Amino acid sequence: MTALPAPLADWLATQGWALHPHQQAMLDRAALPATLLIAPTGTGKTLAGFLPTLAELGTTPPPGLHTLYISPLKALAADIRRNLTRPIEGAGLQIRVEDRTGDTPATQRKRQRADPPHILLTTPESLALLLSYPDAPRVFAGLQRVILDEFHALAESKRGDQLLLLLSRLQSLSPGLRRVALSATVEDPPALARLLSPETGLLLADPGPGPDIAMLETDTPPPWAGGGGRYAIPAILDQVRAHRTTLIFHNTRAQAELFFRDLWLANTENLPIAIHHGSLAREQRQKVEAAMTAGSLRAVVCTGTLDLGLDWGDVDLVIQVGAPKNVKRLVQRIGRANHRYNAPSKALILPANRFEVVECQAALQAVRDHDLDGDPRPPGPRDVLCQHILIAACAAPFAADDLYAEVTRAGPYHALTRADFDATLDFVATGGYALRAYDRWQRLKQTEGLWHLRDPRAAALIRQNLGTIVDTETLKVRLRGRGGTPLGEVEEYFASTLTPGDTFLIGGEVVRYEGLDELTVEVSRAPGRDPKIAVFNGSKFSTSTQLSERILRLFHTPGWPGLPAATADWLALQARVSRLPEPGRLLLESFPYEGREHLCIYGFAGRNGQQTLGLLVTKEMEAQGLAPLGFVATDYATLIWGLEAVTDPVPLFAPEALRRGLETWLQDSALMKRSFRNVAIIAGLIERSHQGARKTGRQATFSSDILYDTLRRYDPGHLLLQITRDEAMRGLIDFSRIEQLLARTDGRIDLVRLPRVSPLAAPLFLEPGKVPIQGAGRERLAESAARALMEAAGLA
Amino acid sequence: MAHPLTLGPETLQALPSGGLYWPAQRLLAVSDLHLGRSGRLARRGGALLPPYEGQATLAKLDADIEALAPATVLCLGDTFDDLAAAEELPEAEALWLARLMAGRDWIWIEGNHDPGPLALGGSHRAEARIGALTFRHIAQPGARHEISGHYHPKARLAGTRKPCFLTDRDRIVMPAYGAYTGGMSCTDPALAGLMRPEALAVLTGPRLLAIPARQGG
Repeated sequence: MTALPAPLADWLATQGWALHPHQQAMLDRAALPATLLIAPTGTGKTLAGFLPTLAELGTTPPPGLHTLYISPLKALAADIRRNLTRPIEGAGLQIRVEDRTGDTPATQRKRQRADPPHILLTTPESLALLLSYPDAPRVFAGLQRVILDEFHALAESKRGDQLLLLLSRLQSLSPGLRRVALSATVEDPPALARLLSPETGLLLADPGPGPDIAMLETDTPPPWAGGGGRYAIPAILDQVRAHRTTLIFHNTRAQAELFFRDLWLANTENLPIAIHHGSLAREQRQKVEAAMTAGSLRAVVCTGTLDLGLDWGDVDLVIQVGAPKNVKRLVQRIGRANHRYNAPSKALILPANRFEVVECQAALQAVRDHDLDGDPRPPGPRDVLCQHILIAACAAPFAADDLYAEVTRAGPYHALTRADFDATLDFVATGGYALRAYDRWQRLKQTEGLWHLRDPRAAALIRQNLGTIVDTETLKVRLRGRGGTPLGEVEEYFASTLTPGDTFLIGGEVVRYEGLDELTVEVSRAPGRDPKIAVFNGSKFSTSTQLSERILRLFHTPGWPGLPAATADWLALQARVSRLPEPGRLLLESFPYEGREHLCIYGFAGRNGQQTLGLLVTKEMEAQGLAPLGFVATDYATLIWGLEAVTDPVPLFAPEALRRGLETWLQDSALMKRSFRNVAIIAGLIERSHQGARKTGRQATFSSDILYDTLRRYDPGHLLLQITRDEAMRGLIDFSRIEQLLARTDGRIDLVRLPRVSPLAAPLFLEPGKVPIQGAGRERLAESAARALMEAAGLA
Repeated sequence: MAHPLTLGPETLQALPSGGLYWPAQRLLAVSDLHLGRSGRLARRGGALLPPYEGQATLAKLDADIEALAPATVLCLGDTFDDLAAAEELPEAEALWLARLMAGRDWIWIEGNHDPGPLALGGSHRAEARIGALTFRHIAQPGARHEISGHYHPKARLAGTRKPCFLTDRDRIVMPAYGAYTGGMSCTDPALAGLMRPEALAVLTGPRLLAIPARQGG
């Protein structure tokens, strides 16, 4: 057992701090090679991670880096530094703590490499950069401990895959290194532990009392379609009034903006309420965070950006607006309320439309049953490995055998075969068959058995492009005029749709688009105008498989327990005029509306899966001469419209036909191109920044699209195409959900022909995001449009 | 399925590919191939595109020649993105072009992008007068029975923008045949001013569709 140094123990005692059992347990396990601590927020988790470090360093430690702390958020690193400084200074310990992120000045970063602190707080990206320098072995030789914060969040993304590769590298530089990971509640703790290291010990802290969670009841029933929950603003204001501090979570930035604006219009008492999301300028976000820390805000309207991060003890209510889509994320969000040890978190969920009432009810049941959802992790993606190989080559020449051994010691890459590794190395070295002729992709050379950069000057460019976060390309927005205030960012695509005079919402105010200056959107304030909607593309999550299954079961629970009357009436009407979808069957409805034939497919395959289903089924309909014109998809259904009615659905849903259709369609899919762009950036095929000047997203997209077409035609087996395909199949295309649907329904298809739109299908007509189909249907319409134009001109 | 276009005494066929066929002369005209565009953009420091788009364009031309077996092929200017592109044409593409040229007359009309003579054989002209028709790269206002390219006209119908032929009783303006080329709306003043008010836009695609040009914006 490791004891705290006496001055620290004394100082803690004078503060009245007693260690929680899991904090003591971390001290007891300090010597173990790897530990995963799972604890709710607000339980002193981070301190638990650092206690063994403070114990080992003692009062006057020798110089040298002892502990590396890695968090997904820059802000967290800075905050932890402040929190650690208090006990260290209070107890008079001679321990140096510094943070190092993209915001750290260059001179300080240089000094940190020459003379590292005892404790360095950083992010995965900054660590990647540190390890790409030739002096990394010296800097990290004496490293004893590494602490990974918010490991559950990191582990779900490529940042986690990269981090674990970097950890493997650190372990080679300092074989005695011990690993500690800190995580919120997850569905499968042993799997997360294995990811950290095969020898991880799992430490589960007392989860505390269950959350106090309910659906927010409102006087008016939710609208038929749409998102944002603005109908419930009076009820939400009542809740804000009744609590000290409320976090109001939204699923997308656009919804958060619209909601915030309307909330302010209704906020006649001028309660201090702020907004926080990823598209706002950093200065704006920091102001909100500071006000929150100071306890001067009553509510914050926010998105996933507040899923992680600073502990705000004063939050006593979390409101989730819109269906949570995923039970695990809901539970983690609820955990943001009451960061006090052993107090229940209080949360309300607000369905944004009629269908979401059902989904929210199903999610509540799942939370009460502690039934968290999550998919097993796929093996480590090879685009991240490409980047890792580049990092290794920047640092020093390496032998393929050594690097392979090191890589397969990282959790996500345990199962990587030597053949796959060699193919990856070959791509990094040459660019692959089709790109062999290009000098710029000839990067590595082998000399006397060691791989090294062909041109050492390339290292600077590689370093500029490290990291696995590929943002949607955005443009800054600021007020017009000299030194105009920065307001935030919008997606480049959105900016390209604006014409001067258009108005949109950002940071809760309506602004008027004035023009584009270089890469900045210039606006002026336009109070009182109705905004053109702000379409930032917040992440669109799919409803999880487990939650979808619960919804289907809920449809068939007699009396629909827990559902408000308006929703129950709606479902009863659907059951009367058509049917309710069932878990083991696929329900289709066919009906005419406004001169077009419609087909509604209740597949419950999640938004991306339903989208893909729409593309594949319309392709097959096109082949059958049914002239589809377009479709729209939600998490639970796809609505297709066209010129002819579907009468025999069985061939449309034959698994073989769908799989075949997928293969053909994948080739040209824009989704594949989008996935390819991200993969190509991470793998280093295209650059994010070239000698400091950022390419605009359009240029990057342009060249990545053409690279994609080129590889597809001339090198279809190219490594990056394989990676892109693997990725798209899981993410944007989500064909796995369609396979699940086919297995679940196994040919049991019910086609109901109706004289008019069904109650369950009606909301789909109001959904945004309609996808047009270019095919015979559109040709037929174009022909009649051409004929009409010619007749009108007297030419036919 | 081709679409007939009349110019003076002659009847020509607009092809789905964007080429123009003159049966009486067994002549195939194509305009604005812009081969080597990626190379030019790369030389100017723009996005780096692999040079394969030339192959897509040549494959299209190959298919048209295969189907029509023309006695003469006339390239109506801007075949290459610039002179350097013509000189740096990858060997595979140069051989492919040579194969297409074999056994037929080949006429290169000068464009604004590729003014100089080329090392590829064929005859090089500033413009060509064949029968009653004049072929030149950029249309001349007031000319009659003229076929030109240069503008890459496009028209919109039922929500979709496609390359199109513009045609009236004086002239035909051809769409760009190249795979990656931008376009100019057929209602742009530069084109609307050139064409008569009653001009038609014939949209390329599997089925060629004619509409009044002033309504194709």
